[in-house]
Amino acid sequence: MTQTLTHNQAESAPDLSYKPFQRRNISSGALSFLAALFAVIAVLPLILVLGYVLVQGGSKISLALLTQLPPPPGLEEGGIANAIVGTLVVTAVAGLIAVPVGVGGGVFLAEYSRSGWFAQFIRFGTNVLAGVPSIIAGVFIYGTIVTSRILFGNAYSAVAGGMALAVLMLPTVIKTTDEGLKLVPDDLRRAALGVGASRFVTIIRITLPAAFTPIATGVVLAVARAAGETAPLIFTALFSPFWSDLLTPEGIFSPIATLSVMIYNFAIEPYEFHNELAWAASFVLVVMILALNLFSRWLARFAAK
Amino acid sequence: MTTFQQPQATESHNTDVALSLQNVTISYGNFEAVKNVYCEIPRGKVTAFIGPSGCGKSTVLRSLNRMNDLIEGCSLKGSILFGGVDLYGPKIDPVEVRRRIGMVFQQPNPFPKSIYENIAFGARINGYTGDMDELVERSLRKAAVWDECKDKLNESGYSLSGGQQQRLCIARTIAIQPEVILMDEPCSALDPISTLKIEETMHELKKSFTIVIVTHNMQQAVRVSDMTAFYNAEAVEGGTGKVGYLVEFNDTDKIFNAPQQQATQDYVSGRFG
Repeated sequence: MTQTLTHNQAESAPDLSYKPFQRRNISSGALSFLAALFAVIAVLPLILVLGYVLVQGGSKISLALLTQLPPPPGLEEGGIANAIVGTLVVTAVAGLIAVPVGVGGGVFLAEYSRSGWFAQFIRFGTNVLAGVPSIIAGVFIYGTIVTSRILFGNAYSAVAGGMALAVLMLPTVIKTTDEGLKLVPDDLRRAALGVGASRFVTIIRITLPAAFTPIATGVVLAVARAAGETAPLIFTALFSPFWSDLLTPEGIFSPIATLSVMIYNFAIEPYEFHNELAWAASFVLVVMILALNLFSRWLARFAAK
Repeated sequence: MTTFQQPQATESHNTDVALSLQNVTISYGNFEAVKNVYCEIPRGKVTAFIGPSGCGKSTVLRSLNRMNDLIEGCSLKGSILFGGVDLYGPKIDPVEVRRRIGMVFQQPNPFPKSIYENIAFGARINGYTGDMDELVERSLRKAAVWDECKDKLNESGYSLSGGQQQRLCIARTIAIQPEVILMDEPCSALDPISTLKIEETMHELKKSFTIVIVTHNMQQAVRVSDMTAFYNAEAVEGGTGKVGYLVEFNDTDKIFNAPQQQATQDYVSGRFG
């Protein structure tokens, strides 16, 4: 009995070996190769751009570059310090506007009106706004804030630039807040309401902290995106070859230099030193944005603990 | 320590009744989930709601502390009297209702905070100003989970096992010192040993609280409850789905040993459902 059984098994042992020239195995291998090829092509620009900026700009980094003003045309000594400060200021203004408004809007969408017609409208509007070219945001602020001199009679200013960037940041912040809060399980909301928490307390103490990571990540990414924008700043924050007087309110209500606009201005000037400054500014900007992105990842990991 | 004032009962015979459902009909949109429920839930006892799925027992339970408000399109007709006050009256604040009628849910749902904070959160937002350490310990002891938690009060509530988490949730509810505790299938996600512990907890709790529990487990109803309400669902003419209704409400003994209705007899003897 046992013998016949083993005999039978040996006779009909299934052939499970891998046959490389079977049609499905050939096509599978070919497609894997294609996918890998396209993946390499996809990251190539990233590596080339970063590498080029690092080589061109990294070599020009010096203490003078980070502490001095840009020189007048023709002179060959100076730095980009005012633009670094300016980028920080304008981005901070943008964040101060976009984060409260965006998080508030996201809270409204996710917690107060999930499927009302108004919420649907806002969600749709947010998606549209996310696709609006950045220069439109600049034109919008130029038309409403700059030409009307509504900010205490000032035209071009750091605040106007910050507002233009805030318009760009808003959709990202609203969306990530909305999505982040939607990920919070309803169980938690019920738990809080079940122990007698009001809606406000539930949101402030339970749901917002639970959604902190996605919201913070979204905010940082929005800031990183805004920090690199040029088009909305060209005719809102304008440019300035001087230090902004940031100790008085005057400073943020007057034109201000930013890295991105400095790159735009200096890269096309016929002076070699200014071109070099543009490269250095590119390098600093890339490093700043890279740092922000790394910070957002660190934030996510930190909060996960 | 906050002491919640006992609401004055409007009629003297109501003093032994914690919650009184008067012709309650609950609908989701146009669809009636449960219909014409009359039921008087006694104070200081454990009342079990049993019945097949979809009979509306959880719906009725959630209506008792206005949790149904969170569900869009849910509406209630009739009235639910709590100490003579209609919970669905025009001036009632649902937050105030939930502070007096606490709830434990089907899935253990501790807050993503430390064990200590899980208990302290509810008490603090309810204006508790006494000794928080003492309240945390007392609540955890009452929920029979103190021994497992006492050395890790600062660890996350998620570090506990499912059964311990559920008892933590019970402790959290006890800490706000409600008069009534509603439990929506509190053991359905737990193993038999955790279930046993929670049932033991309930025997302790009914000395100080009125408990209403929804359960699919008839043995559990027999073990823990004094009163049992049997709900059933029936198809209605011209309707799309089934409508739940209260078949019989009596002492647990009577429901399981000498039910008045044939449907109850069939259900408790396992002939359907």
